[in-house]
Parts: sequence; structure tokens; C-alpha cells
Amino acid sequence: MGSIKDVFHRMGSPRFFYHGSSVWVRGLYIVGVLGLIVGSFWGLALAPPDKYQGDSFRIMYMHVPSAHLAEMVYFACAVAGFVYVVWRMKMADVFITAAAPVGAVLTLLSLASGILWGMPTWGTGWVWDMRTTSVLVLLFLFFGLIALRQAIPRRDRAAYSVAILALVGVVNIPIIKYSVDWFTTLHQPASITFANEPTIETSMLWPLLVNTIGLYIFIAGVILAAMRVEVLKREQATEWVRAITRGMQR
Amino acid sequence: MGNFGVQFRRDLLVAIRGRTETANPIAFFVLALSLFVFAVGTDSETLPRVAPGVVWVVALFAAMLSTENLFHRDHDDGSLELMLLDSRPLFLGILGKLLAHWCVSGLPIAILSPLAAVFINAPFEIIAILVGTLLLGTPVLTLIGGIGAALTAGLGRGGLLLAVVVMPLYIPVLIFGSGACYRVLDGATVTGPVLWLTALLAGSITLAPFAIGAALRGSQEY
Repeated sequence: MGSIKDVFHRMGSPRFFYHGSSVWVRGLYIVGVLGLIVGSFWGLALAPPDKYQGDSFRIMYMHVPSAHLAEMVYFACAVAGFVYVVWRMKMADVFITAAAPVGAVLTLLSLASGILWGMPTWGTGWVWDMRTTSVLVLLFLFFGLIALRQAIPRRDRAAYSVAILALVGVVNIPIIKYSVDWFTTLHQPASITFANEPTIETSMLWPLLVNTIGLYIFIAGVILAAMRVEVLKREQATEWVRAITRGMQR
Repeated sequence: MGNFGVQFRRDLLVAIRGRTETANPIAFFVLALSLFVFAVGTDSETLPRVAPGVVWVVALFAAMLSTENLFHRDHDDGSLELMLLDSRPLFLGILGKLLAHWCVSGLPIAILSPLAAVFINAPFEIIAILVGTLLLGTPVLTLIGGIGAALTAGLGRGGLLLAVVVMPLYIPVLIFGSGACYRVLDGATVTGPVLWLTALLAGSITLAPFAIGAALRGSQEY
């Protein structure tokens, strides 16, 4: 009776979350790393080389998943922000705190791998094309979330402000994307497209899918682990956390 | 209309009576423009080409730096709390404050921009579109900057924090604003970017005050 509400309440309890999530972290890590190993091996060794780019296209197996995940992490932060603003659920804020740096690292990773990919194929590391530019803006949005939290000393106000900023940011993402698209088509004739290769071979697509799903699962594990640390930090005054730390010292 | 008029009148009076603080954005605008000229040089080829972009970026910085103290004083003397407790719609009160702020920051910059354009050798044909896009764009900058100012109200450390929070959200305004000017230079039609700026203005007038209100509530609750 009232079981959904019950689960909702228990999910919101840091203690329940901490104890319930330890199995999940391990499981997600194992499955995620396995997926990444299989996908990377498949993509780096088994998939055929690209007709135009040779072997250099293989960095795609890292570049595309990280860029995709970075965006998804931002959307997840915005959803959590909505949950926090509406229901003031503490765990939603713990999620944003843990996920924002992870998202920023993913964004940096996709930018860095993009630069490495661009050097041999485009002949230059950085091009102001639509995707690079909007990923760069995404990085700024993550920095904003992190900086705002660092700047506000009171935790509940920081949580509320960061949640609102995440929501404002997510409303702006489509506008930013459109404007960047407009900007790049204006300043930059389509000099860099994958010449005559708009679609991707299925033999190249499968490892990409495996890697993306693997990274999804792995990142879920990373964020969950970071959330557990954050929960311990925030609840350090409570008896149940003290019991855990006493156990660790022994 | 009550709250809108009250806040608008009060903020405008405060701004006009505190003259130096009000003149700061304009002084900054002119100073930063000349800094750009010192850095880029007075080459008759490059300066006219970069001029519209430079005017836009400097206007953006001026708008952003001036929003910093949008809520600071009200937060410190408690009038912000009173505005939030008022039973009249907060939305209109905030809009009144922002309009008053725009009248002393964005509007003078837009009015001064022809002078600034001449000052940095911008081609004459862009002056009309520059003023037009600034008139459409600077209110959006004020509205978005207001969100950042509300989020950081009372923290006593605006400045760079506000820049990091707000600048990514400014990007579309900058792209369409200076883009329209370059379209005129290239002889293309400007309908697209101007319509976009108008859409951004309409969207931010309707949405930003809600976000600002929520952020201000947050700043007082805790």
C-alpha cells in the first residue's frame, strides 16, 4: 500500500541510498569496463579502416561516446535540478554535486580527443564548427555549475541556486545550439564534411554502440560512487556514518 | 501595474541620484573600446572589419559588469525582502527593476554606439543596424544577467563568478547581434538574425523574471 511513495521516500534517504548502492557500484563498474574493453577492442582492432581517414577515425570510439555522455549528464543534472526545486529532495542535489565534475571531465575528454582527431584529418586541431563550439559552451555551462556551488557557503542555498542554474542552462541549450549552427554556417562554408561519407558502415557502428552503452554504465557507476562519497561528507555528523568510519579505522 | 511602476520609479531615482555609479558602465564602454584600438592598431583594413564585433563584445561586458550590483544594495538594506513579501505579483516588480536598470546601462550604450562606431572607424552603413541590434539585444543581456545577479545576490563576490555563470548564456545574443552587423557589411539580408534577437527578447521577458524570482526567493530563504 502506497509502495511507490514509500520507495520515493526511501530513495530520498541518504542512509538508505548509501547502503543500497554499494552493490550497484561494483556491478556497474564491472559491466561498464567489460563493455568498454569489448567495444574498444572491436573498434580498434576488428573494425575495418576508413576509406578516407585510414586508421585515424578509430578515435571516434572514444570521442563520440564521451561527447554524447557529456550532454546526457547535463540533461540529467537539469532533471535533478527540477526535482530539487519542486520536491527539495536532498539526493537530487547530491546527484548534481557528484555529476557536474564528471560531466566537465567528459566534455574535456571529447574536446581533447576531437583535437587529436582533427590534427590528421582536418589538418588543424581546432575548427569553429557547430559541434566543437557547442561542446565548448557545454563545458562553460558545467564550469558555471561547479563555480556557483563553490561560491555559496550555505549548502541549502547553494543547492537551490545550482538547481535553478541547471534549469536555466537546459532551456538555453537548444537556443545556443541553433545560434552556433547559424554562426558556423555563416562564417564557415562546409569545407569539412566527411567527404562523400555521410553514413557509417554497420561494421563500424556496432563497436561504437557497444562502447557508448559501456560508457553509459561505467559513468553511472562513477557518479554513483561519487554520490556515496558526497553522502558520507554531508552526513558525517550522524551516528550511522560514524559507525562506518569507525569500522574503516579498525 | 502597481509593483512594476513602484520598482521602476524607485530604481531609476536611485540610479539617477547616484550619478557616478550610473556613469560607470558608459565610462567602461568608452574606455574598453579604446583599449581594443590600442591592442589591434589603427590599420584601416582591419579596424573597420573588427569594429562591429568589438562594439558588441564591449557592450556585452558593460552590461554584464553593471548587472552585478542589480540586487546587492537591495539585499543589504532589506528592501529585497520587502519586495518578495509584497502580495503584488513579483514578476512585475522584477520587470520594473530590470527595466530601470536597462535604462541606465543598456539604453545609453545603444544610444552612444553610433559615436563609438565612428570612434573606432566602423563603416557608416552598419551604424543603423548596430543601434537596432543593441536596442534589441541589451535588454536580453540585462534579463539574463539578472538571473546571474539573483543567484549570486548577497554573496559579496560577484565579478568573475557572475561572468562564469552568465557568459555561456550570452553567446546567442552576441552571435545574432554582431552577426546582423556583419551581414550588412557583406550585403546580405538581416531579417533572420533580427527576428531571432526579437524572439530572444520576447522569450527572456516572459521567462527570465520567473527564474530571477525563484533565485531571489532562494537568496532570502536561506
